[in-house]
Amino acid sequence: MSSTEPFLVVEDLTVRFPTEDGLVTAVQDLSYSVEKGKTLGIVGESGSGKSVSSMAVLGLHDARTARITGSIRVDGQEVVGLNEAGLRKLRGRQIAMIFQDALAALHPFYKIGGQLAEAYQVHHPKATKREARRKAVEMLDRVGIPQPDRRVDDFPHQFSGGMRQRAMIAMGLINDPSLLIADEPTTALDVTVQAQILDLLQDLQREFNSAVIIITHDLGVIAEMADDVLVMYAGRGVEYGPGKEILTRPQMPYTWGLLSSVPDVRGDTDSKLIPIPGNPPSLLNPPTGCAFHPRCVHSDKVEGDLCVTTMPAFEQGNTGAGHLKRCHLRDPEVIFEREVLPVIAPELLEEK
Amino acid sequence: MSNINLDTDPERNPENPETRHAPELAKPGDVSHLSFAEIAAQGHGATRLDPDAPAVLSVDDLKMYFPVKSSGVVRRTIGHVQAVDGISFEVPRGGSLGLVGESGCGKSTTGRLITRLYEPTGGSMHFGEDRVDLAKVSNRAMKPLRRDVQMIFQDPYTSLNPRHTVGSIVGAPLAVHKVVPKDKIKDRVKELLEVVGLNPEHYNRYPNEFSGGQRQRIGIARALTLNPKLLVADEPVSALDVSIQAQVINLLQELQAEMGIAFLFIAHDLAIVRHFCPEVAVMYLGKIVEIADRETIYGSAHHPYTQALLSAVPDVKQAAVGGRRERIRLEGDVPSPINPPSGCRFRTRCHLAQDICAKVEPPLLQIGPRHKVACHFAGELGDAPRTPVTAGLLGVDGQGSPDPSVTPEDIATGPGYEKRWFDVKSRQMVSA
Amino acid sequence: MFAYVVKRLLAGVLVLFLVSMSIFLLFWYGPNEPARVMCDTKTSNRCNAERLDRFTEELGYNNAWYAEYGEYVKGVFVGRDITVAAQTTRCDAPCFGLSYKNGKPVWEDMKERLPATFSVAIGGATLYLLLGVPLGVAAARRRGTVQDKALVSSFLFLSSVPYYLFALLTWLFFSLKWEVPVIGDTGYVPLTESPTAWFGGLALAWICLGIFGCTQYTRYARGAMVEALSEDYIRTAKAKGLPTRTVVYRHGLRAALVPIVTIFGIDFGTLLAGTIFTEEIFDIEGIGLWALRAVGQRDLPIVSATALFSAVVLIMANLIVDLVYSILDPRVRLS
Repeated sequence: MSSTEPFLVVEDLTVRFPTEDGLVTAVQDLSYSVEKGKTLGIVGESGSGKSVSSMAVLGLHDARTARITGSIRVDGQEVVGLNEAGLRKLRGRQIAMIFQDALAALHPFYKIGGQLAEAYQVHHPKATKREARRKAVEMLDRVGIPQPDRRVDDFPHQFSGGMRQRAMIAMGLINDPSLLIADEPTTALDVTVQAQILDLLQDLQREFNSAVIIITHDLGVIAEMADDVLVMYAGRGVEYGPGKEILTRPQMPYTWGLLSSVPDVRGDTDSKLIPIPGNPPSLLNPPTGCAFHPRCVHSDKVEGDLCVTTMPAFEQGNTGAGHLKRCHLRDPEVIFEREVLPVIAPELLEEK
Repeated sequence: MSNINLDTDPERNPENPETRHAPELAKPGDVSHLSFAEIAAQGHGATRLDPDAPAVLSVDDLKMYFPVKSSGVVRRTIGHVQAVDGISFEVPRGGSLGLVGESGCGKSTTGRLITRLYEPTGGSMHFGEDRVDLAKVSNRAMKPLRRDVQMIFQDPYTSLNPRHTVGSIVGAPLAVHKVVPKDKIKDRVKELLEVVGLNPEHYNRYPNEFSGGQRQRIGIARALTLNPKLLVADEPVSALDVSIQAQVINLLQELQAEMGIAFLFIAHDLAIVRHFCPEVAVMYLGKIVEIADRETIYGSAHHPYTQALLSAVPDVKQAAVGGRRERIRLEGDVPSPINPPSGCRFRTRCHLAQDICAKVEPPLLQIGPRHKVACHFAGELGDAPRTPVTAGLLGVDGQGSPDPSVTPEDIATGPGYEKRWFDVKSRQMVSA
Repeated sequence: MFAYVVKRLLAGVLVLFLVSMSIFLLFWYGPNEPARVMCDTKTSNRCNAERLDRFTEELGYNNAWYAEYGEYVKGVFVGRDITVAAQTTRCDAPCFGLSYKNGKPVWEDMKERLPATFSVAIGGATLYLLLGVPLGVAAARRRGTVQDKALVSSFLFLSSVPYYLFALLTWLFFSLKWEVPVIGDTGYVPLTESPTAWFGGLALAWICLGIFGCTQYTRYARGAMVEALSEDYIRTAKAKGLPTRTVVYRHGLRAALVPIVTIFGIDFGTLLAGTIFTEEIFDIEGIGLWALRAVGQRDLPIVSATALFSAVVLIMANLIVDLVYSILDPRVRLS
């Protein structure tokens, strides 16, 4: 029970899977940490490894096939290599995970109340059925589901999308976990429902003082919810720092690309939408050197062919303040302000 | 809502092309020789509005009711799902109209009505220069018209037949409509593949060899084969990664500029809609509650639902400010479309609702040169009127009961905009 | 749900009418000399043209088929008296006619054979599930491993062996060669007479049916389990910290059972309709063999009755399967 380091510490995590075509490295040398009461947003696209890495925190990968190295410490306890019994103690109790599509993630044949009660009883074996049910109703009420004593006997398909997601959150929080991992919690939901869910998550975090990891590809969600942001690409962390920093003064061309690809609902209509050219990299045969270089239009600013030959280290940039980036560019903040920002968000430039 | 299953966890889905595809399936992928300026030049700002363009599609009072049958031995119709209940709008030639709304609002049904995948229960859809009414045309007569109205679907993983090669998917419309002689079909297909940014030599491959974004491009190529005048895009990018979304949006913008295709852009992502569509219509429970040009909708929305919707959208600028904006929170759930609330359908969740809202349905009233709204208390955010602005026009008093002393005005209910409109501030009809 | 059941039963009755009518027509317009069999039996094989005519007349073949069909249907509900060769036999409801071969009411013989068929079916079907499902689950959990592949391939081999060969060999060894006690004495003994003998007489039949049929169920169960285990809710269950056993059975198998049960219902119905090889080899007087013989002997009433029985069984099996399905899967609502 360490009290000096953050609640969750991930260090040099590497996850590999053998497939028919060869060894796929889904996550490589990933390091980050989350403190209680804080929210980490993990941003990435397909193949970035964001979901794989968080499933590793709970040890959800098939131990027979997945090859995991590195360290994941939850409240001081090492998770990598932990036996199934130890992992089961953590899952649903100290660490809870909620998933994207609540309709698929909840068992269609069991009542919601039953599934919540099950989550409670597995970690409170002495609790009676009635106690567990009472707790389920209490949690449903806590997440804002109307008439919880009646809806506790409904099946998942009888709930609307937003309510289902709330029910899943209720199920995740029923044992007061210290860490909640939300994997794309609002992607399949309407925007007003999404706002409600995000509000709920923030309220609950404040109440329970839990650490929260939100995994998403939606930069807007990150902007509103995350204290710290980790950007992932091709299984590695490529930028990490306080949310405000990352989104206003990013220092890695991939992050620039993400910001340029996303239109802002309140931005200048002359801002251009500039897609990142090319496709996500193959994890079987990743590019040499920096994984992003085939799609990077700024690699000409780096001398020689460093981008092609050498993987940049994940280290602090010029602005310090805990802002890490994995890039060979020497003065990215200048490039961003001079070249990128005027094109994608001219109005922000004026504000500076 | 999009059921995104970008299941890229290699353990659970090692076959997923997102993690596996060979780079040569796209056009030359190494772009590091290009400079940022060059890439930026290929990007587009938001599409501009052409106010003088004539309408290529004019929808008037379109209705789609799906019957609900009772259970039991004899199946009687006991009600109707009023999926689309009298909507009117126009899509300008070569322009775009965005159709936004949440689950169950009827926007997808509208898209399917335009392409005649359903036959409307009522209303008209006048298309093209001849103003053919797509609603009344027979299935047979519809066939040549299908060349002009095409659809792009949401899910690139399920909307392409996995047993057909890309070439046959894209070439099928050409074969069916006999537009091009058989021996020329392959060439045309290759041309189209190139236009959408795919390698033309891959016409013999199967869809599962392509990534999501590439599949969506195939779907677009197929929709373009017959040079349609109107493309109905039903959530074309929601199932794609963020950076691929931008690529596809860019592609659509380019195609629109080059080929003069009009778009009915159905989506729930308000930011993307704002970028692509100079005009936007907001739907709720089968009705259009507000329709206006982009600046008006996003800058001075007058309908409380639009305002709530906009306030719920998270935005990246927030990071600079920190914390969360004040949101308008909507209470309750969307009511059932089988038994919608009387009067204004939004009233059960609206903080401005009064008696009149339950008694009288607000008409879609034009309140600006290019702005219509359906609300008795239409006003800017935080500046809603206390008494209903529509009372006088409709011949009712402040509570919604008929008022014989006031003569109702003739309110234009068709698509398109008039030269006279009702100003909500002064409560008078004004002209341009 | 009640309305649904009523609807299905009504539809079922309609099907029964159609089935019985078709068979009737088959015999009316089918074989030559339908009355031949009875003529031979009653005259001790001294049937000539004149006698044949008389029997043809008495059995009603000279009348319109729908009139006779009407009589038949009436007989099913209230019974009737049938007069042949100056003998009037009372045939009580349900009357399916008199056997052309032995002149007895068909229903009497059928009543004796039904328990045997039921016993075989129940035992065999139980073994399908008891053997097939656990093996399928085990294979699914070890998907891709050597054990899984060994199981699948050995079952493939097993299912390519012709059933009658398998059953015959079993009988030859257990009954004839090794003369295993209790089990070796195959044949049907009513349960009420002696439970041990009943069990023993049927054991080999059950084992053969079970082992043979379970190959299918292993396949179904394996496939259904693999699919169920790859669903998102399994991941959620694991993430809740549930023990593996709970995840696999309470969450996985519960979902996989639904398609298995659906198939099982139909299979059970088919078993009830008669298993000819099993009955022949293991000396069980059931419906299947009886029906087969009747076809060969052109004994119309028996054929008709057994066909109706099969139809009833399958209609009921389908209905029960649909009802069970809606109970197992709360998303399914019967309409």
